[in-house]
Amino acid sequence: MTSLILRTAARYLFPLILLFSIYVLFRGHNDPGGGFVGGLAAASAYVLYALAFDVKAARGLLRVDSARLTAWGLLLALLSGLAGLAAGRPFLTARWGKWTITETWIVKAGTPLLFDVGVYLVVLGVTVTILFALAEGEDEAS
Amino acid sequence: MNALPALPILLPLLTGIVCILMRGNLPAQRMASIAGCLLQLVVAVVLMVRVGGGTLIVAQMGDWAAPYGITLVVDVLSAIMLVMSGLLGLLSAVYGLVTMDERRERHYYHAFFQILLMGVNGSFLTGDLFNLYVWFEVMLMASFVLLALGGERPQLEGAIKYVALNFLASALFLAAVGILYGLTGTLNMADLALVLRGSEDPGLITTVSMLFLVAFGIKAAIFPLFFWLPASYHTPPAPVSAIFAGLLTKVGVYALLRMFTLVFTPDTFTLQLILMLAAFTMVTGVLGAAAQMNFRRLLAFHIISQIGYMIMGLGLFTQTAIAAAIFYMVHNIIAKTNLFLIAGIVSHKTGIHDLKQMGGLFKAQPLFSVGFLIAAMALAGLPPLSGFFGKWSLAQSGFAVERYAVTAIALGVGLLTLFSMTKIWNEAFWKPRPADSPLPATPWTWTTRERIALMGPVALLAACSVALGLGAGWALDLCGTAATQLLNPAAYLEAVLPGGARP
Repeated sequence: MTSLILRTAARYLFPLILLFSIYVLFRGHNDPGGGFVGGLAAASAYVLYALAFDVKAARGLLRVDSARLTAWGLLLALLSGLAGLAAGRPFLTARWGKWTITETWIVKAGTPLLFDVGVYLVVLGVTVTILFALAEGEDEAS
Repeated sequence: MNALPALPILLPLLTGIVCILMRGNLPAQRMASIAGCLLQLVVAVVLMVRVGGGTLIVAQMGDWAAPYGITLVVDVLSAIMLVMSGLLGLLSAVYGLVTMDERRERHYYHAFFQILLMGVNGSFLTGDLFNLYVWFEVMLMASFVLLALGGERPQLEGAIKYVALNFLASALFLAAVGILYGLTGTLNMADLALVLRGSEDPGLITTVSMLFLVAFGIKAAIFPLFFWLPASYHTPPAPVSAIFAGLLTKVGVYALLRMFTLVFTPDTFTLQLILMLAAFTMVTGVLGAAAQMNFRRLLAFHIISQIGYMIMGLGLFTQTAIAAAIFYMVHNIIAKTNLFLIAGIVSHKTGIHDLKQMGGLFKAQPLFSVGFLIAAMALAGLPPLSGFFGKWSLAQSGFAVERYAVTAIALGVGLLTLFSMTKIWNEAFWKPRPADSPLPATPWTWTTRERIALMGPVALLAACSVALGLGAGWALDLCGTAATQLLNPAAYLEAVLPGGARP
């Protein structure tokens, strides 16, 4: 598909959708959202780009192999669970840290966030792998 | 110590991740897979030693107490099954060194193999019904991929039947889980057991239990829901079909054993039904096998027939009968996997599956043939091999509760099993090589690598069959402890929910 409107729009939408997906990922901590839906949103950005240009260009934009991305996501989720074990608690037990940077800026972060980022990467990796493979199959057929 | 019960799940996951990351490096993937399986086996044996005396190991994932969190529970039955899955995983991984082709390995065979083991181990460990559903799905997803990987025509045909039937089973399972949750408001198995024992509507619970019977029945391949199994199990490469044959249907049997002892208290109607299903399963499986001339298809029908014996133990529902069923399951995993490995070696060496075209294997390969003979005779139940003691203790407990019909059927099916094992022996090993046979007339040549990777697992499993037969008293005692734990779940309930009630 070579539509000038879609290509121009895709260039602008791509970073916006990615930003939005990261927003959804962080929002998921206490509200609806999270790694799964965030990962889907991110995958949709790549799929939009693949539709507007081609799969090769979208793959180039991803930079890393999508299967490898899935593996790193799984590893991250696994590590977040191991943090509980390291503290002598059961697997997946959440650990929290609190850092005071200034009086008003206090950062609280914990392993569930790490787990969610892992889920984000897994969903992104798997969805993109499947959709790119399907799109390439179609290109070969036509 | 909190880590120990989770390790049989975490190790294959980690190994799978490593295998994906080392995508281009096949030798490293193979080594990682074998090392991962070896560690799993070690962990399973350690767990076995710890729970063997009758204590349970419980871990509340994420430190969320039952019934709200996911609980992992290791009792003797779980530990026995974990040891079996560790052993089979290791042997299949070693066996795959020679028999697996590079094209499949490049498409993440090793990663999916590990994820399959993760699903199987998770099913054995979990104490939460919905989590059990999730592990079943993990296992099924991986098994779909392993079954279809390679994309050969018969493989895809088998995979479609396998996927369709197993999806149906999953849907039923999920529906049953939903209904049970609606009834009780909990999915923790220990909590469910407490709530259901105090229930005032046993009829409704029996109805729900039937849904579980059908769902797990499809996965365990019991009559009349078994037809997907002989349609698919002979199609994938040998190490895959060996682990499918050895482990996957047994996960269904395990789930039946767990659900119908811990969660449901089966009434006479249910037990009667299970016994009838067991009888039909034994008979149809063995008759189906008698009609087959393809080596692996014949063995696939025998899986069904053997599942009948395990279900029969559940249907008799006494301590000795359930102990016998567990013993039978262990024996069957060992013997059946060995037979599939041997069938795989024959087809790896010669490329043929049809028994009619085979012949003269005993003359050409005497040692290899003895391996087959041990596994086949163990399956058929000849003393002093493991199958004899399984059948003997099942029959004994059948007579003890005066279930003469089903016990007679079980013994008759034993004879028919012997008949079809003799058929394989006669056709493939004993009769002279047919003149037009594609088999080479000279003895096969073995490389050292082949000797270790192919004959090693066969020899080890054959030794296990013999050892299980010679040490049957000790093994039956262990299975007896497992059965006692299943029938008296008080310790299980106390370990998962200290104090008995919900906080």
